[in-house]
Amino acid sequence: MRSLFRGLKPRLMAAFLLLTLLGAVAAAGASYATARNLLLEDAQNSFMNPLVEDVRNYAPRLRVPPDQQDLDDFGSFLRGSATVVYENLRARNTPDPSALVPAEMREALKTSRTVLWQRRTDQAEPYVVIGIPLLRADGTPTGVQVLAWTSLGGPQRAIDSFATAAWVGVSLVLPLALGLALFTARGVLRPVRRLGAAARALGSGRLDTRVDERGSDELADLARTFNRAAEQLESSQAASRRFVADVSHELRTPLTAMNAVTAVLDEDAASLPEDTAVAARLVSTETRKLTRLVNDLMEISRFDEGRNVLELDEWDISTAVRDSLAARGWSSSVEATLPDGITGRVDRRRLDVIVANLVGNALKHGGAPVRVVVRPGVIEVSDNGPGIPPDALPHIFDRFYKADTARSRSEGSGLGLAIAWENARLHGGTIEAANAPSGGAVFTLRLPW
Amino acid sequence: MDLVAMVLLVEDDPSVREGLGLALRRQGHDVRAAATGEEGVERLRESRPDIVVLDIMLPGIDGFETCRRMRAQAEVPIIMLTARGDDFDVVAGLEAGADDYVVKPVEPRVLEARIRAVLRRTVSEPSTVERHGSLMIDRAGLQVHKDDVKVALTPTELKLLLELSRTPGRVLTRQQILEAVWEHDYLGDSRLVDACVQRLRAKIEDVPSEPRYVHTVRGFGYRFGPR
Repeated sequence: MRSLFRGLKPRLMAAFLLLTLLGAVAAAGASYATARNLLLEDAQNSFMNPLVEDVRNYAPRLRVPPDQQDLDDFGSFLRGSATVVYENLRARNTPDPSALVPAEMREALKTSRTVLWQRRTDQAEPYVVIGIPLLRADGTPTGVQVLAWTSLGGPQRAIDSFATAAWVGVSLVLPLALGLALFTARGVLRPVRRLGAAARALGSGRLDTRVDERGSDELADLARTFNRAAEQLESSQAASRRFVADVSHELRTPLTAMNAVTAVLDEDAASLPEDTAVAARLVSTETRKLTRLVNDLMEISRFDEGRNVLELDEWDISTAVRDSLAARGWSSSVEATLPDGITGRVDRRRLDVIVANLVGNALKHGGAPVRVVVRPGVIEVSDNGPGIPPDALPHIFDRFYKADTARSRSEGSGLGLAIAWENARLHGGTIEAANAPSGGAVFTLRLPW
Repeated sequence: MDLVAMVLLVEDDPSVREGLGLALRRQGHDVRAAATGEEGVERLRESRPDIVVLDIMLPGIDGFETCRRMRAQAEVPIIMLTARGDDFDVVAGLEAGADDYVVKPVEPRVLEARIRAVLRRTVSEPSTVERHGSLMIDRAGLQVHKDDVKVALTPTELKLLLELSRTPGRVLTRQQILEAVWEHDYLGDSRLVDACVQRLRAKIEDVPSEPRYVHTVRGFGYRFGPR
């Protein structure tokens, strides 16, 4: 039950329904009660008033105490269902009141100086009983009572039909209220849902996500706030990426100068004093590493800024992979299964980058033999090493991620797998990292070629 | 085969100029350096280098404009030095007339390999003079005449024409052309081929947009054949 009402929509609708129901029932109930009283009083008065008038007119002519004849005369003077009683006498030409007039009323009338009445429902139809005591000139009761009764069936039927109409009205209003609730809920919830979707998109890294911010209500305000936040996030991310790109770019010129002379250092190191030779080789090696890092950073920056484009062409995949391996001198250290006749539309330079980074990674972190298998749409690179720790698997394509934190700095830039992944994505493909059942890591590149 | 050459290095950064100059001199080349595009164009006129290594980001006239001015003067091979590796740079550089490009920070051996590849392009071979339509190709004299007028081709354009015309009617893929002409061992930028074909067509075709000699074979490469 709780979960059913957790959503804003059912809660809104329930509130709407409850409110409508309460309002309708209160309105119908109040008007029912008023109408009922008015109708009944009206019916009662139109019966009672003429009777009281008649009794009052006749009273001076009546002898007190009356005998049977007097009562009979009085009885025939009164019209309709009325009777006159005095102690045990009753006008003979009138109906018997004992079934309808309660004994308490008869008793009360003996001392009462006012007209008494009572509405009763012990018969098939509701009715009203009226008792009129005849008073002497000094206002004391004479003991003569006029008893009368009349059916309230007519007014009751009117009241009943009025109640039915009220209930029908309420039941007609409810679906309307439900519809209105749905409409309002939708009006509120649609923007909320859109905002939710946009927030999820933003969270998953699509920082260019924006929502419709037209309108002047609170939700439009929220949408505007969301958009401003997204803009700031985007511009701050762009700024930080720009910064990386700028830094890399600024590093290039000095690195070009340094790189140009590393060969000189290497060649002449042998003829230098021992310490100087070590220093020269160190500078030379680290310069080359730094160059690789900066090149990879530039490449990642180009991916981030969406400046990398695909140059698709029809290539023989096995040949491309074979060339990539041969170009890096890996032909003998890698067991490659390269069937003929598998062609695909790929960017060959980018495919080479992917293959080089996957195989390079396998050779570095995995164990021999490293296997490369080409199948239609798939290139699989597997090694015989310890595999990837399970907690590292989700992060293996993250930038600068190192599965083994103890390994302070690896040979590569730490961007190789991230670049391979971006290249696969640019092709509309994927790379999956997993561990083979027999141990060792398996990287599966799938390209829609 | 001694491929020691006179290299004109146009680079505004003193350290890069000095470093690359040192590396190239160690390879036996005679290096002349210029710090601006204007100075480079001036040096080209007076020293007649075998090859130009040209930075794109230069104060004053940039590398593209320098390249165009140099092209207007001489058929010297030009290797662009781009700091950005941007596709825009590469395409613009090739359109300005560059023969090849390397991306900073460049490995000296890569630059050296490219220089040697460009220099090897102008090696004559014993052969007779061939005639293709109104085109006359002299493989020994390394000259091309069209309607008996000498066509001024850069070494790269000449080598490309020689490669294509060696097997008339046969389709050569961009990769094959890259390997034969640019000596990019395994992965070259096929835009080098496209840009060079455009320049070659501008010089040897009557209507470059309706080529008679160098035909595009969509999705594969190029085919030579007078039609």
